[in-house]
Amino acid sequence: MTLNILVAVKRVPAPGAKIVLTEDAQRIDTKHLGFTVSPHEECAVEEAVQLVGKHGGSSTVITLGPPVAEEQLRTAISMGIDHGVLIETDEQEWDALATAAALTDAIQTLEADGDRFDLILFGNESADAGNYQVGIRVAHALDRPVVSGIKAIEPTDARATMKRAVADGFEVLDLPLPAVAAIKEGINLPRYPAMRGRLLAKKAQIRRLTPQRRDGGMRRVRLHHPPQQQAQTQMLGTGADAAPAVAALFEEVGLL
Amino acid sequence: MSLILTLSELDGDTLARSSRETLTFARSLADAHGWDLHAVAVGEIPDTAMADLRAQGVAVAHALLHDQLDGDAAPAAIAAAITELHDRLGAGALVGSGTDHAAEVMAHVAARTDLPLASNCTEVAPADGGWDLTRVRWGGVLLEDVHLEADVALLTAAPHQTAAADAVSPGAAELHSFKPELDESLHITRVVERASRGGGISLATAPVVISGGRGVGSAEGFGILEELAELLGGAVGCSRVATNNGWRSHNDQVGQTGTRVAPDLYVACGISGATQHWVGCMSAKKILAINTDPEAPMVTRAHYAVIGDLHELLPALVTEVKNRRGVG
Repeated sequence: MTLNILVAVKRVPAPGAKIVLTEDAQRIDTKHLGFTVSPHEECAVEEAVQLVGKHGGSSTVITLGPPVAEEQLRTAISMGIDHGVLIETDEQEWDALATAAALTDAIQTLEADGDRFDLILFGNESADAGNYQVGIRVAHALDRPVVSGIKAIEPTDARATMKRAVADGFEVLDLPLPAVAAIKEGINLPRYPAMRGRLLAKKAQIRRLTPQRRDGGMRRVRLHHPPQQQAQTQMLGTGADAAPAVAALFEEVGLL
Repeated sequence: MSLILTLSELDGDTLARSSRETLTFARSLADAHGWDLHAVAVGEIPDTAMADLRAQGVAVAHALLHDQLDGDAAPAAIAAAITELHDRLGAGALVGSGTDHAAEVMAHVAARTDLPLASNCTEVAPADGGWDLTRVRWGGVLLEDVHLEADVALLTAAPHQTAAADAVSPGAAELHSFKPELDESLHITRVVERASRGGGISLATAPVVISGGRGVGSAEGFGILEELAELLGGAVGCSRVATNNGWRSHNDQVGQTGTRVAPDLYVACGISGATQHWVGCMSAKKILAINTDPEAPMVTRAHYAVIGDLHELLPALVTEVKNRRGVG
């Protein structure tokens, strides 16, 4: 059984230890920042490459974002993804409802032109917005089963078992294909793109789609930093000599 | 009068801590609207959990009873049942916890109802016919103020942001059973196997977490962290570096893409404190950083710090703890 897999990613800034906001408090100041995708999505890309490598088939990466988001598509292609699709927007951020609706339209367009996707993979949540819902909304719109937090996928015939961690262990779910899964970091260790992959990615054709935007009901007022509670770090000593002071802290906290 | 329906999860016979926090969060919105606070849980609700619901000011507790919800139900089926109950009650707001499970259920409810869902909220109040709310971005290093316009507010409450507090006057917590008419097709996604890690203390609920990063240097290096955690009745955590090097399982990872913890004490051994890690441990009551670099972000943000090599401090600390145990 071969697999046709779609992976959805989102271009996000890669912030350092401190996030700087623009003066109007509407965005992160990205002047000095690089861009990436969330670790969950990097793992989803790797999983698609591995599954197609093992079972045969084809993989496609899709993103909704500004023209520069092509960079994230090419990175995925350099890791071994076959095709890239950009749903091109302006620089504005789209909320979860708008993003899911545009992705659903795009997937229906792609499937009308070619094969059905047996698996559509999302990251469990994006690094920046953390909405925890786009994959689930797309699955409902396409009338396909979906599960989140997935750390292992085992396809068998027209079904797949998917494993996820829960508080005190794990659970395995069984789904018919086609299906949707929100992937969690830990499912694999994403590869570093090889030179050949990077050369292929440079030349790869990216398909462009134009989305319709629907209003999602949420309007940003401003971004801000949470209040800083911690003022001064109390030094308990250096090296092994600090052991009694640390043990005293354990007592103070009620651990001893 | 309308009402707020809150998704409640059980931890054994009691209400989960996250659900108590979420009820306290939802109660402030219920009070602001003058609405009743309702709770919904999957399956029979034990007496001890009912007492918790009363203390939180819950007027009505709904128990979802259906053989498709027994044990192997996927979040999609639970969400279908909750949506059905919501249709029956006409709730003005639906609130769940920002835990993995509740967030997944709430996303299914949002998809079914085609309503916006504001994830990981820290504050909410009625405003201009809708709601003004504050939600977490970037795992908690940033906050976003949002105005929400919708027929019904769907919200999840950010974990560890609202301290659970009892209501001034307890609620009646009238127990209602609700048997949803679940579609058979929902059963196509189901849990076929469950396994418990068996013994040990879970990372998410441990009173103390001993966490290691790059400074630990190897998988074997975690041995001394295991020993200290066991002595203190805690769990071992790790940073993303430790996971990516294959030293620890991702299930032990504390951080934005791992587990968010809120122990009484978090001990960060050889962890520099990148944003990705910090947001996973910043809800700890106290943080102790052990690091060779006094300028590491983990050290400058922690409540307490020891400057030095963890490989020297931890063995001495294990001996010290054993001695104090022996004397005490």
